Amino acid sequence: MADKITVHDPRGYPPKVTGKRLAPRPLSLDGKVVYLVDCLFDNSAVFMEQLKDWFAARLPNVEIRGIKPRESWVDDPAMRAEIEANGDAAILGVGL
Amino acid sequence: MALEQGGVPSVAVHTHAFARLARSVARANGMPTTRQAFVPQPVVGRSPAELRAYIEGTDPVSKRPFAQEIIEGLTQPLAAEDVSGLSFERSTPRLLPPDTEDNLRQLFLDSQWTDFQPIVLPTEERVEAMLRGTSHDRNEIVGRLRPTVYRELWEFTVEKVAVNAVMAGAKPEYLPVILAMAASGVSGRSSSTTSQATVAIVNGPIRDEIGMNYGVGAMGPYNHANATIGRAYGLLSQNLQGGSVPQETYMGSQGNHLSYNAMIVENEAASPWVPFHVQHGRKPEQSTVSLLLGGWYTIFGGGPRETWQEKFTRSLQACDPYTGPVIALDPLVARGFRDLGFDTKEKLIDWCVEHARLPAREYWDNQWIQTLAHPRAVAGIEPYASMLKAAPDEMIRMFRANDIHVVVVGGETGAMWKMVGGGPRLTIVDIDPWR
Repeated sequence: MADKITVHDPRGYPPKVTGKRLAPRPLSLDGKVVYLVDCLFDNSAVFMEQLKDWFAARLPNVEIRGIKPRESWVDDPAMRAEIEANGDAAILGVGL
Repeated sequence: MALEQGGVPSVAVHTHAFARLARSVARANGMPTTRQAFVPQPVVGRSPAELRAYIEGTDPVSKRPFAQEIIEGLTQPLAAEDVSGLSFERSTPRLLPPDTEDNLRQLFLDSQWTDFQPIVLPTEERVEAMLRGTSHDRNEIVGRLRPTVYRELWEFTVEKVAVNAVMAGAKPEYLPVILAMAASGVSGRSSSTTSQATVAIVNGPIRDEIGMNYGVGAMGPYNHANATIGRAYGLLSQNLQGGSVPQETYMGSQGNHLSYNAMIVENEAASPWVPFHVQHGRKPEQSTVSLLLGGWYTIFGGGPRETWQEKFTRSLQACDPYTGPVIALDPLVARGFRDLGFDTKEKLIDWCVEHARLPAREYWDNQWIQTLAHPRAVAGIEPYASMLKAAPDEMIRMFRANDIHVVVVGGETGAMWKMVGGGPRLTIVDIDPWR
């Protein structure tokens, strides 16, 4: 029978994860302001434009506003503040 | 997820190829029930009509109508787990349960803790020996790494770096270089879909002290220190940052051979110019490792011959405009350029900046320029804002001087050069503090 040996675990130390709640949902989007957040990936602006048209055709009572961060992959607190102040919901996208 | 915390119900739209990654990130952020909707991959290159069909079609992950996922994601009442989120602590032990060598080797393979080449098992004795390569305490925190900005940072100690150095087959005297690379905050296992690799340039006295190769075959598998330091950097990156597992913590579509090893050790003595680290403000007697997250391409040439300007211009134009090249010159080539009047690296870099030009329409059509530089141009950030004003056929500069790097490496058996994809951000780390 082969001898047993002890070796080190090669992994680093992950951070503690703290649970975060989702925001309360409205019962309906009627009359609400929904921000479409273009995350600036290539062609995501075109996708968001199509999503805006889809809302106009299918859910015309929803007010759609387009918005984009100042730079790709960088948090934009001003953009988030605007959405939080004036929006009822947000759709973000879209990746590669 | 930040918007949800700000009180705004949100749905994030991804392409289906990122489903596993998106869920993993949501969980690691304590919000595993984050509402997500998926469209088919890709979005890039699809026409407005095709994208409209995505919106009116089926979410390829949930198999339900995409629009229904969006509307319900924003309006369905929250369940208990949506309100509580998910809190948990993960820990990794210092030592693994004792087992046979064969079983431990299989565990390391199954856990994706290796690069699938044979490793040296990090026994307590071997790690102890490795730790003699530094004066630092084993429990000292070296730094934090992650595979991408979207993921959480994992932390690690001197001992954890030593463990990975043992696995790579490194010697204790290499540990200060490996610790410096670990402390850089730059991963050697980036998760980028572009399959980035991290190019590492070593300078200073440590090169000779530990027997690194900057001569014949320097960029190939012909030296123990070069090979095992480069490998250790890859292994420590994947293990200390929380993994480099395809479709979860690694999304590079094609992968990159340079991820095995992308060490460049400068041949300072044979170079007609100041060493790379001295260019960047260090003293010759200091030792450094300089990291560039890139490695997308390699272009080869010889010379400088009579037509070198045409060859260099074409080669520079073939480089990706988002990541300027590291121009690695054999000493014969470097001295050839000096004899042509380039008596500093900066003069050669300036020549490259001036001659590396693309039509504006081609520059702005590049996917990464479009994704990363175009928003800066629209926001008025220079030099991109001015470049955006160019007419479509105007030849505009691809690079600024700090995008291009020149390093002298090789053993003078041939007057050869390479342009290797660098990266948009240079990180230089001092090795001496890690001795």
